[in-house]
Amino acid sequence: MSDDLLVVEGLKKHFPVTRGIVFQRQVAAVKAVDGVSFTVKRGETLGVVGESGCGKSTMARCIMRLIEPTAGRVEFEGREITGLSRHDLRPLRREMMMVLQDPYASLNPRKRVGSIVGEALEVHRLGTAAEIKKRVQELLDIVGLNPEHYNRFPHEFSGGQRQRIGVARALAVNPKLIVCDEPVSALDVSVQAQILNLLKDLQQEFGLTYIFIAHDLNVVRHISDRVMVMYLGHAVELAGKETLYHHPLHPYTGALLSAVPVPNPEAARSRQQILLEGDVPSPINPPSGCWFHTRCPRHHPGVCDVLEPQLAARAVGGHEVACHYPLERWPMSAAELAGSLRPDAA
Amino acid sequence: MTRYVIRRILWALVLFVVVTFVSYVIFFLIPADPVKLFAGRQATAEDLARAAHYYGLDQPFYVQYWKFLSRLVANGIIGKHAMGFSYANRQWISHVIKDRAPVTASLVFGGAVFWMLISVPIGILSALRPRSLADRGATIFVFIGISAHPVFLALIFLYIFGYKLQLFPIGSYADFFNPPEGQPGGPIQWAWHMFLPWCTFAILFAALYVRMIRASVIETMSEDYVRTARAKGAPEWIVMRSHILRNALLPIVTMLGMDIALGMGGAVFTESVYSLPGLGQAVVQSLETFDLPVTMGVVVFATTAVLIVNLIVDILYAFIDPRIKLA
Amino acid sequence: MALLDVKDLRTTFRTDDGLVKAVEGVSFSVEPGQTLGIVGESGSGKSVTCLTIMGLNDRRSAVTTGEAFFKGDDLLTMPSSKLRSIRGNEIAMIFQDPMTSLNPVHTIGWQLVEAVHLHQDVSRSQARASALDVLKAVGIPRADQRIDDYPHQFSGGMRQRVMIAMALINNPDLLLADEPTNALDVKPQAQILKLMGTLQKEFGSAIVLITHDLGVVAEIADDVVVMYGAQVVERATVNELFARPSMPYTWGLLGSLPRIDHDVERLAQIPGSPPSLLNPPTGCRFHPRCKYAMSICQSVMPELLAAGGSATHLSRCHLDQATRDAEIKKLESGHFAEVT
Repeated sequence: MSDDLLVVEGLKKHFPVTRGIVFQRQVAAVKAVDGVSFTVKRGETLGVVGESGCGKSTMARCIMRLIEPTAGRVEFEGREITGLSRHDLRPLRREMMMVLQDPYASLNPRKRVGSIVGEALEVHRLGTAAEIKKRVQELLDIVGLNPEHYNRFPHEFSGGQRQRIGVARALAVNPKLIVCDEPVSALDVSVQAQILNLLKDLQQEFGLTYIFIAHDLNVVRHISDRVMVMYLGHAVELAGKETLYHHPLHPYTGALLSAVPVPNPEAARSRQQILLEGDVPSPINPPSGCWFHTRCPRHHPGVCDVLEPQLAARAVGGHEVACHYPLERWPMSAAELAGSLRPDAA
Repeated sequence: MTRYVIRRILWALVLFVVVTFVSYVIFFLIPADPVKLFAGRQATAEDLARAAHYYGLDQPFYVQYWKFLSRLVANGIIGKHAMGFSYANRQWISHVIKDRAPVTASLVFGGAVFWMLISVPIGILSALRPRSLADRGATIFVFIGISAHPVFLALIFLYIFGYKLQLFPIGSYADFFNPPEGQPGGPIQWAWHMFLPWCTFAILFAALYVRMIRASVIETMSEDYVRTARAKGAPEWIVMRSHILRNALLPIVTMLGMDIALGMGGAVFTESVYSLPGLGQAVVQSLETFDLPVTMGVVVFATTAVLIVNLIVDILYAFIDPRIKLA
Repeated sequence: MALLDVKDLRTTFRTDDGLVKAVEGVSFSVEPGQTLGIVGESGSGKSVTCLTIMGLNDRRSAVTTGEAFFKGDDLLTMPSSKLRSIRGNEIAMIFQDPMTSLNPVHTIGWQLVEAVHLHQDVSRSQARASALDVLKAVGIPRADQRIDDYPHQFSGGMRQRVMIAMALINNPDLLLADEPTNALDVKPQAQILKLMGTLQKEFGSAIVLITHDLGVVAEIADDVVVMYGAQVVERATVNELFARPSMPYTWGLLGSLPRIDHDVERLAQIPGSPPSLLNPPTGCRFHPRCKYAMSICQSVMPELLAAGGSATHLSRCHLDQATRDAEIKKLESGHFAEVT
């Protein structure tokens, strides 16, 4: 059995923009995900960070085949799943589950907790009604809920408890991979800590593999083994978490890291923030060359706006970055960032 | 914006074709053989064939429909030759419609003004003071308005205000512009004659709208931007006018277009009870005498009117709600 | 004299289920030009505190007692016309969700001009000019074109800038910001915080910043109030709070925060969930979740008393100083997880 649970290659998702009065013709495409490649190893957590609109959620939905990717391959346990029919996909649906952001919106308010958690078991016909009930109670216990609350409705639970229900639902069919899309960003800090600890415990106990999507770099660092940074539908940097947080190579990663709030007044006030100009460009009409060049403090005219950088290994330990002028060291101030342009030898 | 308007208009045209087609199918092809109706009861087989040929009824169905549609378009919906004439009294259908449409229009649009005049203030007041005496009164009004049938209400109104108190005329109509000789006319007479019909017609919708406006205003009052307006230091009346009402009445505008259409159906009852010579009455009479061309003509005319009203409302909506323009 | 002096503020809401005591005896003060951070989880009463000061609670269901002196006048008892002339003028507020806090049917220019006209007697063109100035000040690109755009044409971060512009347009002395960066990504969040700091220097306003994020507090606050279960449980200067947090709830908050500058295998977690304000626990509000709880904690509510020998540092806890010192030591060595 290979080490790689999931291999994603050149994944693209373009949403058509149509115009026309009677007959709709496609005039442009929202390039939500535009060529992302990575692998996820068995038992690890891959964190995915990026601002809203960078395509991280769309990417997750493509991997889950909840939406059809425009191009690219997704291999799960060595088997390509991008071309599979609905029918062939069914057994695979048990192997990959999802935990969503909003614990208020993602649970059907008219269903009892028992049937929400047991739904996947019923769909895949895994046992009799009594067996399913027993399994659901076991699951509720595993995620730290009272198994006797089997018959309650979602609104009778707090936000954190609802997210536990969401986790129990994902666990029900013993999946190998769980994709968590901003699972804690709607929660208070103390509850967020509870859920993060729960996810870590479950990973150890059941050997789960996670793709953990979030915009909070503190949270991603805490839970991930490796981290991928996305910008405008592209992966700009991918590395082990220590490497990424201590030796970032991409200027965008650097800018993100410099903006993370640190609960330490002296450190927070003394550090230098790298501010980026303007908003993220529209994915309908992304910049030429490097997609980040319009906001990059290291932007080098004639190179960055012409050549599209490829995500490639630049250093030891599989540290990949898509940049023509990666950072030489970290931390750097904004002035140093702009001043130290040297064409990259690699 | 222009695109939006053009698309809306094209859609209205498509709907027009669909609607006329369906009406044509229902009224000419499904019920009893129209040839017999034309030719009379004692017609021989030969007469029938001749009549069928004369009216083009021996041609394939799509040819008939095409001719019908092109006549309709070429002459304009209410042009003289657009829809032929009545079987019963050989009147041009365009005449029937021209005579009667203003009556129905007076009833429906006057009624719409009426129900908005009633429901907007009551709806806002009861939203401002939920569970107050005024709100409870409004709830009772809503309850009565929704459950009482217009025919029943009309009879009660006629009995009390027409017969007992003699405040309003019973069962007649006064033309706004050019009344027939010897009959009352002019704006005041018109409004006086229409007052009870308006009340009857409007009460159901007024009740529904009180409920809708109340809910919409209450919902809007708890919007974050209303709190923002108060935090800016705006006095309550400005908060109400510029921030609550503008948003709360937006969905009401779209409802209005649909309900005016619905109201045309309801107008049949009101017209019958008050003996108003409107389209509804014409339809009822034509159905009783199997006068299919009249029924057909009124239905085609009414649906076209509904399409146009809805089109206007949709375009109006795009002007008052900035978020629509991008769509 | 303090710019804002809140004394024993209490807000109670009548609901169908009973009385909800959303704010219970909150006191704090804000000096001109200073930033006060109010930290707490949802339902701790931090937003209601601000709304009460602004007089923005629903008058039919909320009952308020206590005092809130602004430049010497009590905001809670002054006539509503006077309060209106202060709101949006001398005290302005920024709300949590920029997506819903702007009116969707008016252009942002219209909404800014309205804010000017409510408090200043100037011509339309003057009002529009100051709207344009303030939009430029908060960093809206191409402000002269965007002023006539509607809110839905802006991104979340840009809308929050518009909200800030609207709050600043009348040059307020006090800015109440209710989770202004909660709905935003890291990058726009940092930009907004930076912007608020810059504007504070430029306009000299004092800020009350409500947040659940201790990182944000560390970033810009001078003083901090920690709220739990409708009460103030700790009050200190920002350096005191982070160097010597003095009660278990604050320890829990600090420990449950995943952070970029510390590595821990497990986060400290505060078990359970925040108390119901409809039926709060007896004694110390935090005792059902507190691992140090003693029998006295269940029956007697601790007072807000000086902690650690500093006059500016108050906390509400029965623990003796020696125990606290020992725990703070552990904190200093970075063992957050062991504390709670």
